[in-house]
Amino acid sequence: MEHIISVQVENKAGVLARVAGLFSARGYNIESLSVAPTLDPTTSMITIVTQGDDPVVEQIIKQLNKVIEVLKVVDLTETNFLDRETALIKIHTRPEHRDEAIRIADIFRAKIVDSSPTTYTVEVTGDVDKVEALINLLKPLGIKEIVRTGRVAIAREAAKVQTRREIQAAKA
Amino acid sequence: MKKTGAEIFLESLKQEGVKVVFGIPGGVVLKIFDVLHQQKDLDVILTRHEQGAAHMAEGYAKATGKAGVVLVTSGPGMTNIVTGLADAYMDSVPLVAFTGQVSTNLIGNDAFQEADNIGISRPCTKHNVLVKDVNDLARTIKEAFYIATTGRPGPVLVDIPKDVSTNKADFKYPEKVQVRGYNPTYEGNKYQIKQAAEEIKTAKRPVIYVGGGAVFSDAAEEVREVAELAQVPVTMTLMGLGSFPGAHPLCMGMLGMHGGYWSNMAMHHADLLIAVGARFDDRVTGKLSDFCPDARVIHIDIDPTSIKKNIHAHIPIVGDVKTVLRQLNVYLRAMDGKQSDLKEQRRPWREQIEEWKRAHPLRYEQGAKVVKPQFVIERVFEMTNHEGIVVTDVGQHQMWAAQYFRGAKPRTFITSGGLGTMGFGFPAALGAQKAYPDKLVLCITSEGSFQMNPQELATAAIYKLPVKIVLINNKFHGMVRQWQDLFYESRYASSYLGEIPDFVKLAEAYGILGLRALKPAEVEPVIREGLKHRGPVLMDFHVDPFENCYPMIPAGGAQHEMMLEDPPELRKVDRSGLAKKKAEEGEGVLPA
Repeated sequence: MEHIISVQVENKAGVLARVAGLFSARGYNIESLSVAPTLDPTTSMITIVTQGDDPVVEQIIKQLNKVIEVLKVVDLTETNFLDRETALIKIHTRPEHRDEAIRIADIFRAKIVDSSPTTYTVEVTGDVDKVEALINLLKPLGIKEIVRTGRVAIAREAAKVQTRREIQAAKA
Repeated sequence: MKKTGAEIFLESLKQEGVKVVFGIPGGVVLKIFDVLHQQKDLDVILTRHEQGAAHMAEGYAKATGKAGVVLVTSGPGMTNIVTGLADAYMDSVPLVAFTGQVSTNLIGNDAFQEADNIGISRPCTKHNVLVKDVNDLARTIKEAFYIATTGRPGPVLVDIPKDVSTNKADFKYPEKVQVRGYNPTYEGNKYQIKQAAEEIKTAKRPVIYVGGGAVFSDAAEEVREVAELAQVPVTMTLMGLGSFPGAHPLCMGMLGMHGGYWSNMAMHHADLLIAVGARFDDRVTGKLSDFCPDARVIHIDIDPTSIKKNIHAHIPIVGDVKTVLRQLNVYLRAMDGKQSDLKEQRRPWREQIEEWKRAHPLRYEQGAKVVKPQFVIERVFEMTNHEGIVVTDVGQHQMWAAQYFRGAKPRTFITSGGLGTMGFGFPAALGAQKAYPDKLVLCITSEGSFQMNPQELATAAIYKLPVKIVLINNKFHGMVRQWQDLFYESRYASSYLGEIPDFVKLAEAYGILGLRALKPAEVEPVIREGLKHRGPVLMDFHVDPFENCYPMIPAGGAQHEMMLEDPPELRKVDRSGLAKKKAEEGEGVLPA
């Protein structure tokens, strides 16, 4: 099963190598990985998408926690979460396809961010299904190059609205 | 006043209470060695190979529980300690290794004797750090010792570039240490511990399975208390030996691949397994799907990754073994019912174990002609009342030593368990001897293992470390030969070592007493003379080259399917002339 694991780490040289090395040394698979600093410049957030059954993922999380520079590990798959990915897609555009390309981009609320006489570069952000769907639709036009950020994810806040009684109970 | 990095290094080590550093100098650590040379607070042991230094530090650490310290130069100095780091990582040995590095402005330039020390050691250390600024040195050293010795202990490497050891900074050794992402759990979950006590009380066929964790957390007393309070038989892993007295009526000795028949059978038939600081290694479990089929599992370990890694734990308890067992004993003492009732209740189980033990005890037949390796090891232990610090190498002799060891104290059986490093034993014995100059240190080794670090004979001689080397010489990589006999139709591919060298002469070349026993009658006199000698001594025992180590769970076999003796087809083969034939073919002998 697919898991999205969010790993907060100290923002130091070699930490990414340690985390990546842990996956390769133990034969765990990384499907995608993204790293960037958080609000606190001394820490970074690594988002890892991996595959594994429950015992494997349990081991992965424990092993990640064991790394000294790892501060916090959350398996977002266990929670209600949002995930997004951005892709830049450079497509060939013959004159008769240029309108079609814009229409497809519009449907997906994607943007054309660069244009040349023979190409467009489309920027799209969304969940994996959306990005994949757009890529599939653009394929017939001819895709020259694709770069994807890998997925980032965040837990949703509890959506439930507290009743008055619950608020009073919490105060008491 | 400002101090150089090298001076800060020395002061920091003093603050940590370090008494001895094992290592070899080289270009980028000369400044540090120079400072060490001009003081008398801590000893520097110059080894003959960096691998020797790493194993000596391990031996020191395993014998004392304190961190062993290694200091080597960059490049080859560092790469030579990698085996020691990997060994220490597998066996949870607190080790702090300081490696020299080329100056910070040269890092990455393929400078002379440059290696990526941090990259190379990353997968075989608990933690490692490159110190880029001399102002960070003291704090980094403090953190290194803290991380190496707390939680599940392990090796930490600190890489010190040459300019960091010569640059100056204000020295103030931090009093407190705070590592953001490192907070080992010591207290176990009380609810879980209470559950464990309940299950122990009602179990019919419980077994306590003790690993190295009990040794590291100094929990021998607590283990004994659990066993006696709940009347539960105890078996130990190779790393756990010494954590429970070998002569105790509840002691079953070692389990696993070459453990006792009775202890493995007890595991297989147990209805409750209390795993204490052990990690269900494949050499213990055998075939996982057939491991302890009827048992509920209580697993106590400070390292959460050890729990549920190989075996499902019904009651996982993350915490320090000593702390958790103390709490468990509180609950066990509060149990209703008398202890005598419990003893009665467990009687059939203990009788069953005794029956297994009577049916298939450890055995060998010592005839008049050829020395049996088990005989040498058993006699050495008996003649020293099981009281020395035993340090072994790796192979058949290691397993026999583990089988016949009856020591009662933790940290008196020192061996390379997880990594199985041949060449570990002799330097580790020197490290243990350095820690306890007045104690008897026995190095049980073999001609194969010993030849992987024989250069340290010089270290033994120069520093007058009176280790008693018991060299079981069977002219083969014995365990390899055993597997070739059992699984490769006795084709001895690259396992025959022959008569080279003459170990007595080798010892003498280093100014060390060498003794030899060729016949059974010579064994005891040689042991007696060796033990009487005040300095280091090498005792070369020529033993039956074809003796195999039993019982044995073949790799991939289940616990209860043990081989107890050579299979009939192997017994039919006459191998007595083989060594002679090998010699005639010119293998393993000096050219005329």
